Amino acid sequence: MWKGEGFGLQRLPTGSRVIYAPEPFDALEDPESAIRHALENPTGDSDPLSAQLRAGMRLTICFDDISLPLPPMEAPDVRQMVIEAVLDLAAEAGVDDVVLIAALALHRRMTEPELRHALGNRVYDAFAPSGSLLQHDAEDPTQLVHLGVTEKGEDVEINKRAAESDLLVYVNINLVAMDGGHKSVATGLASYKSLRHHHNPATMRHSKSFMDAPSSELHSANWRMGRLIKDAGVKIFQIETTLNTNTFPDSFQFLQKREWEWNLKDRVTFAASSRAMNAAPRKVTRQILQGIKAPHALRSVYAGEVEAVHANILEDVWAQQGVAVEGQTDIVTMGLPYISPYNVNSIMNPILVACLGLGYFFNLYRGKPVVREGGVAILFHPTRPEFHPGHHPSYIDFFEQVLTETTDAVVMSEKFEEAFATDPWYIHLYRTGHAYHGVHPFYMWYWCTHALSHLSKVIIVGGDPATVRRLGFHPASTLDDALEIAQDVVGIAPSITHLHTPPLLLADVS
Amino acid sequence: MKALIIERKITRFIAARVASRFGSGRGAGLGPLRLSTVEAPHIEREGWVGITPVLAGICGSDLATVDGHSSHYFENIVSFPFVPGHEVLGTLNEDTVSATGAALATGARVVIQPVLGCATRGLALCEACARDDVGRCQFLGSGHLQPGLQTGFCVDTGGGWSEGPLMAHTSQIFGVPDDLSDDDAVTIEPMACALHAALRCGVDETTTVAIIGAGTLGLGVIASLDFLAATGRSPRPAALIVGARYPVQRAMATQLGADEVVEPDQLSRAVRAATRSLVAGKPSGRSGQLTGGADVVVDCVGSAESLAEALRIVAPGGRVVVVGMPGKVTLDLASLWHREVSMVGAYAYGVEELPEGTVRTFDLAIEMVRHHGTGRLVSARYPIDRFEEALAHAGAAGRRGAVKIVFESGPRRAVAKRED
Repeated sequence: MWKGEGFGLQRLPTGSRVIYAPEPFDALEDPESAIRHALENPTGDSDPLSAQLRAGMRLTICFDDISLPLPPMEAPDVRQMVIEAVLDLAAEAGVDDVVLIAALALHRRMTEPELRHALGNRVYDAFAPSGSLLQHDAEDPTQLVHLGVTEKGEDVEINKRAAESDLLVYVNINLVAMDGGHKSVATGLASYKSLRHHHNPATMRHSKSFMDAPSSELHSANWRMGRLIKDAGVKIFQIETTLNTNTFPDSFQFLQKREWEWNLKDRVTFAASSRAMNAAPRKVTRQILQGIKAPHALRSVYAGEVEAVHANILEDVWAQQGVAVEGQTDIVTMGLPYISPYNVNSIMNPILVACLGLGYFFNLYRGKPVVREGGVAILFHPTRPEFHPGHHPSYIDFFEQVLTETTDAVVMSEKFEEAFATDPWYIHLYRTGHAYHGVHPFYMWYWCTHALSHLSKVIIVGGDPATVRRLGFHPASTLDDALEIAQDVVGIAPSITHLHTPPLLLADVS
Repeated sequence: MKALIIERKITRFIAARVASRFGSGRGAGLGPLRLSTVEAPHIEREGWVGITPVLAGICGSDLATVDGHSSHYFENIVSFPFVPGHEVLGTLNEDTVSATGAALATGARVVIQPVLGCATRGLALCEACARDDVGRCQFLGSGHLQPGLQTGFCVDTGGGWSEGPLMAHTSQIFGVPDDLSDDDAVTIEPMACALHAALRCGVDETTTVAIIGAGTLGLGVIASLDFLAATGRSPRPAALIVGARYPVQRAMATQLGADEVVEPDQLSRAVRAATRSLVAGKPSGRSGQLTGGADVVVDCVGSAESLAEALRIVAPGGRVVVVGMPGKVTLDLASLWHREVSMVGAYAYGVEELPEGTVRTFDLAIEMVRHHGTGRLVSARYPIDRFEEALAHAGAAGRRGAVKIVFESGPRRAVAKRED
């Protein structure tokens, strides 16, 4: 079981149920051909990409940022493969006005090595020196355009270059079912003014779950915005991809196997690596883990009209990650790993711990949550009060100033959100450094609202007690302690389900 | 009489400095302070009366003296051997009149304004003393008294850390209203210091104030700003942010009116966020120079570190009010110059200019002590023969959950604690 920057064996009570991710599907044999085929044989109401490219046009290629995939994949990254194919077609058509934009939304800017890894050296060196490789800046009013207001009163303000191009090609990685669709442009290229309409406690609480678009208010809002963007004349050619669940390289393959299937090599590498990581200084362990590159392989690719492409992709994501789960449980346990979408090459701070457990893992379901309403979530993580000051400066203030006063998402949104969102220091660091936007920790907390309204208790085993209490959760030193704490609300013989992830899985709960 | 005295013995001062490395107040056992039987002070001049101490507080300047850390600046304005103790509640040994001219009978509870100004020295009043602004007396150290900036630092007057008596001039004496407890009364002197400091801040309704340190003085400044606003004498600052190390200090700071109370290493962060400043040169934004900052920073610690912190977080054109007693410090003043920061001292008391006119700081302090019930800051009383424990407790007050430690002389008196 993952316990932050380490892992170990954990004995679960007899009768506990463990949900494992499905075996990874085989990789596509010839991904380059599959990509080219998708571009020329679009899905939905769309012409082939080559037919939409012409000399003299303005072409903008936007791509998902550092938050996907997890862990970062071995080179070549799928973005590189797709973008190279798009650029080949653009070159054949004589398109010279091409700009690449990392769709950051309010995430941190990527570093040069991160961009090189995502795009490959050839693309990076062709675009970065001439200033044609950009990172979306949600705080530069000259780079934004307001396209209108949805029927629900939601402002739609997105990247101006992307919106005013003759063609916007969006290159997506659908690591989970939440990704892609209209969310790519409506969120990835939006401003705070636009994002606040769906990144708020009410919307997040009514997204049940984020992985199930028809039941997700977050997605409903993005779809309204996406349709407005289309009606405003923004021409989008959407490329979505799925990866298989081959998450860990050879040296860590045991982490994605069922424990009873471990062979001798798995047992030896587990024993050696877990002991070494426990003994090594934390900085060294972090470096090793953040250096892991996943052997993810391209599983499918579709291109064309946004909604049609996304419908196909969702089927593939569910085919790879879906697990039929019968009935809910009183207690769900989760070992939280070292990485989440927002701490790649960084530190998993306490707010991200909460978000990973309650915002992401809790929401890995369709139908009903794995745990029953009023049940208990038991997370395993050290939850130290550690922050990356360059990446997460506003998180530090959020931890010290906001969480000391309230853990209520509604209260904090009313009292603190605007001050953080408009703080000039955070804006400066977001625009010029590698910092998440000032409002980002609020969003992370809002991601937890559905779980927090559903659960009676959240317990973190092994977490720093003061930090866990600051989050409003209960610290426990062992699973037995946690089960005793949980007794108040689930009784002495609760049903227990362990979510064995990563690799990622999506529970189809009946 | 039995009294604690401080002697000028270099070896003992050195020993105290060494001992204090193990904690503030630890110089009590080895240093210049000792318990002794001494002659009671006596001044045969008009206006001088004897006062028997009841409670006498231990303040930061006392600890610095006991630990041998006081600045050499004070060498010529104290006289040895002296009995410390300038935060004094006592009872009159004879009938007299107070500084305000009120008649006071033998046995009445009084507090003393310890500054030894011209009137106490038998001098023609200097310009400051003529307007009762004794803290700024221009003839300090002259006249018939041996040198001593205050009662408790002068060989002639004695001090509060004794079984008494000490000598006080009528110009120093203030009667204690019956509705104040003894604990309330012994905080009048430090609260007068705090009020004076609060008024040195010059706040208006747009001012952001940051306070470094939440011992007695820091808490007193918080209480003072709140009191002055509550009584319409000064606007309430837009934000009052306090860096407090210990839980008891944080709780008290909140109770007394602070808007935001954070741990000391979070003060810069909190000021930056409240003032929406940037941080010069440090992407981490945790300990760099703020580009903006608090309009007023009140340093209630007085160390090189706290003064440097004050300069880091004060706004351009802002004001640093030095309340904690500093000594010789090394400080980079480039930002003070570049950002046109004013650094002002806040020592003692005298008179204050308020909307209703000129008011003695002590009279105002009595009102403030009543308003906030500052007797709750008194955490423990010790007899003077347990002075080592008392000073160790005072030196570690915050860590031990305490704020103000006092010496108690004579039989314990009934304490009328406020219930609110």
